[in-house]
Amino acid sequence: MGIRIQTEDFNIGAEIAGLTGGRTDIGSVVTFTGTVRGTAGGAPITSMTLEHYPGMTEAELARVEAEANARWPLSASLIVHRIGELHPGDNIVLVITASAHRHAAFEAAEFLMDYLKSRAPFWKKEARPDGTSQWVDARETDTAALQRWQKSPSKAAE
Amino acid sequence: MTSGTKTNTVTLRYFAWVREKIGFAEEEISLPAEVATVAELIEWLKARGETYRAAFDKPEVVRTALDQTHARADTPIANVREIAFFPPVTGG
Repeated sequence: MGIRIQTEDFNIGAEIAGLTGGRTDIGSVVTFTGTVRGTAGGAPITSMTLEHYPGMTEAELARVEAEANARWPLSASLIVHRIGELHPGDNIVLVITASAHRHAAFEAAEFLMDYLKSRAPFWKKEARPDGTSQWVDARETDTAALQRWQKSPSKAAE
Repeated sequence: MTSGTKTNTVTLRYFAWVREKIGFAEEEISLPAEVATVAELIEWLKARGETYRAAFDKPEVVRTALDQTHARADTPIANVREIAFFPPVTGG
């Protein structure tokens, strides 16, 4: 289990190796990587700045990760989220889940992202080529994604 | 603050566009005891000035955390030390 918030980029291969190196009980590793899109609503953006709430963001990510570990038999998990100024194509977030079998790893990774997006205190501000900038609005679809997990318990945990 | 005075000293923290509208990130404030819930605190803050009214123009949009835990409009704020206001989160 691990949580990191950092300005610097992450290396997916190195993070997987750090999580699974030397272990023979893991049969499945799933990774999700979120990256900065170059457009917002069809218009180009030049950068995206991520703000967070030091202390609460870490606590909220730890709660989300503990919840995933309670629902699925995970061997290991990691959430890395970047903050500060990012540019189109840059990595934003990395989620890694490892389990003996793939269903738990797949489902837990999706669960972690859905919860992170609707609960962890991060805010994105996008800058445009004309020098203006705008805070990104929260999406209704992210809330809907979360509700899925409140209705159906995991099949993989059985 | 002498003991027996009915005020509650809290740190208020603002993030993202709530911070921009209020004009700063953090303040320490003494709340009268009758300000008992998140919703009452927002009304009390709005009476403090135009920047607060702008930040809480649509209070249903603003999210709140009490001591770094998500809270709702009707959550009591007694004994809370840190209250944060922010827009719906957009990480990931």
